[in-house]
Amino acid sequence: MRTALFVTCLVDGVVPEVAKATVRVLERAGVRVEVPWAQTCCGQMHVNTGYPREAIPLVRNHVAAFGGFDAIVVPSGSCAAAVRHQHADVARLAGDAALAEAAQAVAGKTWELSEFLVDVLGVTDVGAYFPHRVTWHPTCHSLRLLRVGQRPLQLLRAVEGIDLVELPDAEQCCGFGGTFALKNPAVSSAMLADKIAAMRRTGASYAAAGDASCLLHIGGGLSRLDTGIGTRHLAEILATTRRGP
Amino acid sequence: MTFLGMPTAPRGVGQLRQREPFPDAAASALGDRQLRRNLGHATAVIRAKRAAAVAEVADWAELRAAGAAIKDDVLAHLDRYLVQLEAQVTAQGGTVHWAGDANEANQIVTGLIRATGQTEVVKVKSMATQEIGLNEALADAGITATETDLAELIVQLGHDRPSHILVPAIHRNRSQIRDIFTREMPDAPAGLSDEPADLAAAARAHLRRKFLAATVAISGANFAIAETGTLAVVESEGNGRMCLTLPRTLITVMGIEKILPAWRDLEVFLQLLPRSSTAERMNPYTSMWTGATEGQDFHLVLLATGRTATLADPAGRAALRCIRCSACLNVCPVYERTGGHAYGSVYPGPIGAVLSPQLTGVTDNPDLPFASTLCGACYEVCPVAIDIPSMLVHLRSRVVDDKRAHHHGAAEAAAMRGLAWTMSDSRRWTWALRAGHAGRLFGRRYGRIRRLPGPLAAWTGSRDLPRPPAQTFRDWWARRARDTS
Repeated sequence: MRTALFVTCLVDGVVPEVAKATVRVLERAGVRVEVPWAQTCCGQMHVNTGYPREAIPLVRNHVAAFGGFDAIVVPSGSCAAAVRHQHADVARLAGDAALAEAAQAVAGKTWELSEFLVDVLGVTDVGAYFPHRVTWHPTCHSLRLLRVGQRPLQLLRAVEGIDLVELPDAEQCCGFGGTFALKNPAVSSAMLADKIAAMRRTGASYAAAGDASCLLHIGGGLSRLDTGIGTRHLAEILATTRRGP
Repeated sequence: MTFLGMPTAPRGVGQLRQREPFPDAAASALGDRQLRRNLGHATAVIRAKRAAAVAEVADWAELRAAGAAIKDDVLAHLDRYLVQLEAQVTAQGGTVHWAGDANEANQIVTGLIRATGQTEVVKVKSMATQEIGLNEALADAGITATETDLAELIVQLGHDRPSHILVPAIHRNRSQIRDIFTREMPDAPAGLSDEPADLAAAARAHLRRKFLAATVAISGANFAIAETGTLAVVESEGNGRMCLTLPRTLITVMGIEKILPAWRDLEVFLQLLPRSSTAERMNPYTSMWTGATEGQDFHLVLLATGRTATLADPAGRAALRCIRCSACLNVCPVYERTGGHAYGSVYPGPIGAVLSPQLTGVTDNPDLPFASTLCGACYEVCPVAIDIPSMLVHLRSRVVDDKRAHHHGAAEAAAMRGLAWTMSDSRRWTWALRAGHAGRLFGRRYGRIRRLPGPLAAWTGSRDLPRPPAQTFRDWWARRARDTS
């Protein structure tokens, strides 16, 4: 099985540690990971901001970069959802039936990280060690578009040393919402304030999630308020072992 | 895609349009601590109750699918069902009026009331009449309309606007209501307390006098059965039933999308609606009437305003399935924090962010489709499975097209085109990522970026950004591949 990592634009340029961690987890699980150089961005921001036509070249590029693989793993629920739920529709609306079909094929073999580990590889214990108190924010697109359900928690519960504490009102959106965070900064910040208050109540050292974009927003608020709570992507926790991060 | 020739709701009448940019209206609403507390508490309570009421129904998913399918059938065959409804209502002694838009509807209702010689009417809570600004039109004609739903009465007496579809005074707490009653209700008892029972008793005494004096009533309708010509109003207080049964003349104003094909379809909707809206297994009062009953003079005004344009949009027409339950408002994290007034329209929250721009055209409500994080909580609770997030995304592209046609938003469009050009080719993208290293000039002091210029200042107002990494992932990967080969 040829397995590709879809890094995502944000992780590639802003938080590369998340992709490095994903590679380490997958390789430890025996997967030979390939990273197609041609990949860039899923175009979700364009589609969700009202620019589906501008997203077409991105969809085309994505399909060309990943079409030849058997499985594509993404450390992001939101980008996985864009590939699975938006790409074919965007192509169809633009009248490109061939692209829509190719996009549908790529969508069918695209997995969010926790789905790939639990459903494809059949593992929940990846041999990680993370002796800290962690609270989990499920992120909206993983929760409601992909319906990853308990998979990330199954993986986290198997981590040695972890003290996993429940986040109050976990299923409430953190207020990121892509360009919503810039177009409606006041509401976005108010939602973030409530999310951070809930996180502080848990006494956790780390707030964890499966989406680097939501974590950028949450982490930005945690840092601004000097809460002392750090953020960790699911991949980073799973990549950490007794031997090192 | 634009829908030329499909009329949208007319300007200058009714309450469907944002009055100021949503981000500004939202920012002022966020500063209202009383509003935040009232709404936070009320929505949290109703969310939990709805979840419990829905969990009791084993076949909820099937009911929801049935609700969506029945409404889609109605929308696909509206021409046939409307004519059938008209024939049935007429055969039962009622009179059917067709109103193309809000102005026509207001004129028809005003004319009907004038013909009775009355200048005071009572009203059943109705979104359609709020939408078209009927009370204001009647006031201009010298007719006083009294709202008889308790929450609508509070809004009316307070010279206020509704902020929730089901609970229009959700932004008020009991001491504010006591103050409104004392100030505005001439027959309010002296020394009225803010105990809910006392407030309700004062309103009851006030309204009883109105009911007994009124000879004309105006209502909306939750459902209209095409097969039989039966109309239905679903409510909690019984004040609606007073209006529907006591007066000699009853005028019902109803959007054309409220039709159900057959009597038995009520079985589905009378389960979906109460559990989704008030979290009740069954609402206390369900009134149904067919044509003119017991010598009443009955008029049905069918309102098309903006609906035809909505129906013409394949990606948006499912919004007309909406049964106005408010479940999407109660779960919406944006609505919970801003309240309904920030949306400008009588339809706030997620469904309002879809419906208002559909009815008015996106030119008049350009911010509303963006007033959402696309978290999807609304779609999950919608009893007729309206995919609100997908519709918002669709409407966003119509807003962008509309701005383009009016030569607005050029900077954003140029940025999006530039990004798409850069990101559609991996060489350009790799180069851009490396250029991003210049960003390391920021954040040297604290290891994080605390302030950015231009549009990104909206981010750093409340959030830090990490300092850009020394090496992108793709460069790390390339080096690793070289080192291991």
